[in-house]
This record gives sequence, C-alpha cells and structure tokens, in this order.
Amino acid sequence: MPGFISHQVAARGLSLLRLRPVAATMRTYSSATKEVTMTVRDALNSALDEEMAADPNVFIMGEEVGEYQGAYKITKGLLDKYGPERVVDTPITEAGFAGIGVGSAYHGLRPVIEFMTFNFSMQAIDHIINSAAKSNYMSAGQINVPIVFRGPNGPAAGVGAQHSQCYSAWYGSVPGLKVLVPYSSEDARGLLKAAIQDPDPVVFLENELLYGESFPISAEALDSSFCLPIGKAKIEREGKDVTITAFSKMVGYALKAAEILEKEEGINAEVINLRSIRPLDRDTINASVRKTNRLITVEEGFPQHGVGAEICASVVEDSFGYLDAGVERIAAADVPTPYAANLERRAFPQIEDIVGAVKRVCYRSLPMVATA
Amino acid sequence: TLLSFVLSAALLQHPPLHQTYRFDLSIGHKTADDMALARRSSNLLKPLSTASSSSFLNRRPFSTDDSTTITVETSVPFTGHNCEPPSRSIDTTPKELMTFFTDMALMRRMEIAADSLYKSKLIRGFCHLYDGQEAVSIGMEAAITKKDCIITAYRDHCIFLGRGGTLLESFSELMGRQAGCSRGKGGSMHFYKKDACFFGGHGIVGAQVPLGCGLAFAQKYRKEDHVTFTMYGDGAANQGQLFEALNMAALWDLPAILVCENNHYGMGTAEWRAAKSPAYYKRGDYVPGLKVDGMDAFAVKQACKFAKEHALKNGPIILEMDTYRYHGHSMSDPGSTYRTRDEISGVRQERDPIERIRKLILAHDIATEKELKDIEKLARKEVDEAIAKAKESPMPDDPELFTNVYRKGFGVESFGTDRKEVRATLP
Repeated sequence: MPGFISHQVAARGLSLLRLRPVAATMRTYSSATKEVTMTVRDALNSALDEEMAADPNVFIMGEEVGEYQGAYKITKGLLDKYGPERVVDTPITEAGFAGIGVGSAYHGLRPVIEFMTFNFSMQAIDHIINSAAKSNYMSAGQINVPIVFRGPNGPAAGVGAQHSQCYSAWYGSVPGLKVLVPYSSEDARGLLKAAIQDPDPVVFLENELLYGESFPISAEALDSSFCLPIGKAKIEREGKDVTITAFSKMVGYALKAAEILEKEEGINAEVINLRSIRPLDRDTINASVRKTNRLITVEEGFPQHGVGAEICASVVEDSFGYLDAGVERIAAADVPTPYAANLERRAFPQIEDIVGAVKRVCYRSLPMVATA
Repeated sequence: TLLSFVLSAALLQHPPLHQTYRFDLSIGHKTADDMALARRSSNLLKPLSTASSSSFLNRRPFSTDDSTTITVETSVPFTGHNCEPPSRSIDTTPKELMTFFTDMALMRRMEIAADSLYKSKLIRGFCHLYDGQEAVSIGMEAAITKKDCIITAYRDHCIFLGRGGTLLESFSELMGRQAGCSRGKGGSMHFYKKDACFFGGHGIVGAQVPLGCGLAFAQKYRKEDHVTFTMYGDGAANQGQLFEALNMAALWDLPAILVCENNHYGMGTAEWRAAKSPAYYKRGDYVPGLKVDGMDAFAVKQACKFAKEHALKNGPIILEMDTYRYHGHSMSDPGSTYRTRDEISGVRQERDPIERIRKLILAHDIATEKELKDIEKLARKEVDEAIAKAKESPMPDDPELFTNVYRKGFGVESFGTDRKEVRATLP
C-alpha cells in the first residue's frame, strides 16, 4: 500500500491542494490491512457531491439527473441532498439546455451539464463550440465560461451505430475547450473536481462500461481537497521497450496487453494513461518515446483524424530521430458500429490487437493485411 | 471638450450638470432674452403649441426639466396575446425626450459612419447595421437597469452603445484595433460589456435565445430581482432551440423576456416566405406576448416596463417589436433586391423613430428646429472624433493571437501555422 502511494506521487500525477488531515471517507471499507477500493460511479458521485457542497454556484442539469437518480446513477442522492433548484431535470432538448447552461455560466454560475451519452451532444455542439469554447477569446477575456459537459462517451455493448461514437478527437481539436478522459476512480474523482473548479469549458468524457469497475483508491484521493492537474498524463506502468498511449477503457486493455507481452514475449511495455486529450501531454509522451523508441496509440474512436493521428504527428515532429519503428495506431474499425456481437467485437480494439501491434513494432512479427 | 463631455453625460443619463442650456451649442453664452426671442419667432412659424406656460421668460431650461410631465400616446395600441396589454398613454419629461433624441441621433450617425468605413475597407468581414431600429434599444434602456441583462445576435453596435459602451470602443473594434471593446479580437458581431450585463454579440442565428434563458436562469438561481432581455430577429424566430429554451423558461418560470425585433426580412427572405405564422408575439402559444410598434421609443419603453414586471412575477413573455432596417441585412446586401426603394423611403418618411421624437419635441416647445439640428451636428462631430481616435489605435500585437484562449492555460503550449516556427505558452 505505501509503495502504491509513493508510485502515484512519483508519477507526477498528484497535486495536493490545501492538504488537510484525511477526513473519514464516505465509504465504509477502509481498514489498516485491506486495500480501499471505489467504483468509478461512486468516485464521480462523490466528486459532484463535494464540489456542490463547496460552491453554491455549482449545479447539475440534464435528463433524468434528479428524480430518476441519474440514467447511470452517477447523480444518485444529489437531488435529495441539494434540492431541485441545484439538480435540474430537463426535457429532452439538448440544444436548449446546453445553451441555458452556457448562458448561466456567462453570468457566473458553474453548471455541470450531463449528456446521457455524448452522441446526443451533437444536438448541442454549436453551444459547446461557438457559445462556450470561443467566448473567452472573442470577448478578449471578458466572458469566461466555467462549464462542464459530462457523460458517457464511446461504445457500450450492443447499442448500435448511433449510440457508440467516441467524440474525443472532435472536441480535442477545438481551441478553448479542455477535454478530459478519466480511466480509474482516482482519475474520475481528481479530474472531475478539477474540471468543476476550472474557469474554462471542460468536456468530460466518461465510459459507461467503466462505471461499475472498482479501482484501488488512495487516502489522498479520497480527501475532499483532492484534485488532479489538467493536461498531465499518467504513466500507469513503466517500461523500456515500447510506449503504449491509451485513454479511458483502453488503458485497462493496454495494461492487460502489457502483462501478456511481459509474460509471453519478454517485452517490457510502458503504458501511458493520457487523462487529458486537450491539453495533450506531449512532453510525457515524447519523453517516453525517447526512452523506448517505439509507439503504439490505442483509442476506441474512428481512425481517421483521431487522437492517435495527432499523437503520431506530434512524436514525428518532436522525436523523429528517436523512433526505431514506424508509429502504429489501434483504433475502431473504419465503419459505423454494427450490432451483431461478433461484428461489434471486430469493430473495436481488443487486447490481442494491442499485443499484435507491439510485436510488429518490436519486429517480432511481420504485418499481414487480411482483406475482407 | 465640454461638448463631448456633455454629450456623453446625456448618453449615460447623468443628472444635469448645471442650470444653463446643455444643448446650447452656439458660440458664447446667450442671454435669456436672446433665447426668448428665438423661441417666440419659432413659435410664430409653428401651429399652436401645447405648451402650458404662458410666458416665455418663465419657461425653465428644457435640458434639466425632469419634473414637467408630458403625456404621449403610442402610435398604435398594443396587441396582447394571452395577456392584458398595457395602456398606450405614457408619461415622459422634456429631459427624457431630449435624451431619446440625442441618443438615437448618435446611434444613427454611428451606423452611417460604419457604412462609410466599410466601403473604404477599414471594416472587414461582416457588418450588420441597426439604423432604423434605434427606438428598440433606446426604449428598452429607458425601462430597465444595468443589472438587467441583454443579449442579442450580430446587429449589436447600438445595443452596445445603449448599455454604456463608447463610440471609441465601437469603432476601434470594428476596425480591429486594441482600443476595441474586444481588443480587436471579436469584430462587429462580438461586442460585449459584462459590467453592464451586456452579453454579446453572437454570430449563430438563434443561439443567443437559449443563452439568454440561461442568463435568466442564473438571475433566478441567485434570487435577483432582475430580468434578461433576449433579442432575436424574425429570421431566428423559427429556430428550434428557441422553442426548446422557451419551454424550459416557461416550465421553470425564468425571468426571460424574448424580444423579437421583427424587421420583416430574415436576410433576403420576407417573413411571409419563412414563417407559416409571422405573428411572432403569438408563437409562444402558452407564453403571453405583446405586439409593439418598434419605431416608437415610448411604445418600446412601456412594453419593456410591462414585460419586466410580468417576467419577475409570471415567467417568460414575448415582445414583438415591429421595426425596420434601412440598410440591407449586412454591408454585402444592397437591401433592394427583395424590397422596393419606395417601401424603404416610405417607412423613413412615415415611421422614422428619430423623426417621431423630433416632432414631439417641437410640438411641446422643448427645443427649436435649430437646436435639434445642432444636436445632430454635434453627434456627427462626436462620431468623427471617435473615428479619428480609433484610427490612431494600433492593431493588436502578434502575441495577442494566443491570449485569452483559456482563462487558465496552465502554461500549455499552443502553435502557430508552422509549429516549428511559432509556438506560444498559454498563461
């Protein structure tokens, strides 16, 4: 346990603000010998709760956030605690309530707008980009927009083409936005708290399948003053042979792939949890590639103009001389998401895809393109 | 100069500075007898005035007179939808009449000067002019405070002025200079004045309506006694997000007043070609509405006063201002391919907002023709001086390309067009 914490601190992830004695956690599973764990769902819920308690200007708005306790139960209990003025159920009108959220942020409130999934954010995308992201610039600093747009992003399981898209690349390309992609419970807590406290618009991309997953969580992370810095990636697993960048659910896949590679191939992979798409932590990525000389990028979004494309370009620009092999991208298949389980499996990255790509850049195997 | 100070004082509606004639612009200081002579002769040339005073020498200086009540009637009565319309009789004072005239003359002059600047290529991109619609801004400001919020679309220069913005900030912004209200980074469509609760300045048609309802949401959240005026045009009146926002405003009783500035043309499309029902004040269905002559500053003032009281008690209301723009949609639109020149000149003749106030001022003997013309000359001079000063303001320095991307940039790196050549650290 102490080794775990010092590893966390050493990995430049934590920024401890207003360090206080650790308050009793809200969860009753702390013990001297057992590891404390927390689901991502509880992590997000606790972060929202703490930020709403700390600042009366913070409020939540979205579909089913109140009486339904949240479509994915992320906002459970908050209506009872804070009342309907601060946990606001909306009609199914994304353009309208996203705009209302941005307008309230113009006037100094700190809204947390939930999209039931980010697929529906496309209905409101004009407000995210033109009304929120660009306002501080167009007004030369007069109007900042301290808003958070959050919700599940990317594929779930069997929800079909219109409900499975990953929006990290789209929002990540917009100057004026910050785009965060938590993986673990610690990420979820620290990044959501940072997002709510941030004076700029933040797109907070969660993952539905991660909500129920439990992660060990440190005492520092459970403290109500805990916050993670925006724009800093985390090295989840140190290595020396190859760098794998990933975010959200793919971090878990990359870690599993790294274990397989270690055991079966003796390849020692470094896994970077990006945590932040914009600002992208190019320093950490480049430093890692300069160490390992090989890079795989992993994402669940469409390949063309994706996050991996940006990382590859960045590394080629800044660390070309250090590459011993071409950069490889693992991403979703370049198709709308199919429903049938077997096809859906082929449409999104699997652990063996990551393993295969690592073997290629390490010249352990030759690429073979299978045509349909 | 004293004159510009006096004029800006008029715009900010400060209390009068001293007892002498504020609008006496001739050289030197006239005696009371001189003024009396001027009045008597002008009276002889006019039909019988409705002024109550019998002796000219007893007449108080008009500029400081905010205690004489003059009752005016709106041009037409209001039409209500799901509400009882307010009275068409409105009380005003000589001071208010003169302020209306002066302020609108300044707005008119600013927009006409912007036209010239655009044609001489000092203003680039888009430029949407408000001349003809001045009464909406002026009447609204007369009914509300600077803690009530206003948000509008891109035809925002005069709204900015009404909120207390200066000519210098306006022309500088239009020409992309540092002295601009957005330091040259916004342009014509992105004027803001947060300290006067003016939230822009928006280029996407209709987007400002949910944003305005959001401002009202914040006002209600904080339990303020203020309202938000969300302005949009007949073109935006058909936008879906407007109805989404209106539904929520009505559900949650937000103090939002939706003001449709119906100038009858959405760019080049006449209202009857765009809307199945161009009765925009009725489009709120369950939300009450009022149809207002938007060329009559007093009708606008009365309607806004009525709407503010309504919104604070009962939630949203729609005001449809029947107004008109003399220019085309923007400077790239001649404005005469989809409407006749006769129509434009007809409105100018019959319904011009400044002319209406001029007639009222003359009818009530508050000032002479010459004095009013002098005010217009002063407005022209003010505008010319502001333009000259704006031209002296430099364009933003190159590093400004990278400022204000974020409020808090964490020292993040940003890139120029050639990222090997130009990089910046965001503060």
